[in-house]
Amino acid sequence: MVPTSYYLILSAIIFVVGAVGVLGRRNALIIVMCVEMMLNSVNLTLIAFARQWDNLNGQVFVFLVMAVAAAEVAVGLAILIAHYHQSKSTNIDDVNVMKW
Amino acid sequence: MSFEMIFFILVGALSVGSAVGVVSSKVAVHSALFLLVHFATLAILYVTLNAQFLAAVQVIVYAGGIVILILFVIMLIGSAPLDTRAGYRSWVPYAGLGLGGALLAGIGWNVLRMPAVTLNPDANQGGVPVVLGLHLYSQNILLVELAAVLLLVALLGALLLARRPKAEEA
Repeated sequence: MVPTSYYLILSAIIFVVGAVGVLGRRNALIIVMCVEMMLNSVNLTLIAFARQWDNLNGQVFVFLVMAVAAAEVAVGLAILIAHYHQSKSTNIDDVNVMKW
Repeated sequence: MSFEMIFFILVGALSVGSAVGVVSSKVAVHSALFLLVHFATLAILYVTLNAQFLAAVQVIVYAGGIVILILFVIMLIGSAPLDTRAGYRSWVPYAGLGLGGALLAGIGWNVLRMPAVTLNPDANQGGVPVVLGLHLYSQNILLVELAAVLLLVALLGALLLARRPKAEEA
């Protein structure tokens, strides 16, 4: 069997790739996708620990994370569409309506 | 090297490769397609971790729902590559890479120091729907109801936010 630490390292790599995408990209849609990737890497960690400790609470937690991720992507894309109606841009640097 | 390890390395490499593809694609549609591959490989990894039901949910919710939603929005608001390479923020990707390297080094150091644990091959009884459903609907029923309220609020919020402005006057 593959040890849990291998899954944790893989999950950390995916999380870091997602974090670099959030910091480095300017297209707001790609930033949303990178946030989804980061949430998924945490799901992988939770499931790996659920197997290691033979405890289903980790898998139940993944259900909650999936529900939150679905809600987050729906609201986030709605915000993007609302912002696009106003400024005709998907560049994250143009999102400064609430800046003071 | 066992067959399981080779399989894990292959699927993991595909997963990391598609993740890098999501971040590095110039066109948003390509990113969304890489994201689809990424979610599929994660579902395969869930099966190897005795979470068969969650693997199915992963394919249905993420690959079937969220990626399609993202693709719809890309089609709606356009996916023209952004040509803005604003100079005043050119250091941000390098800062991101540096912080990411630090995070990865910290996690890796701690994970490699972790004591080895003997794994039970039958852990979680295979994560089959019956076992997981009993656990979910007996001990964690409050969680299910909170998730239902959350999804309802998110639905209403998305409807309200994505409404076309000045719809009342038209």
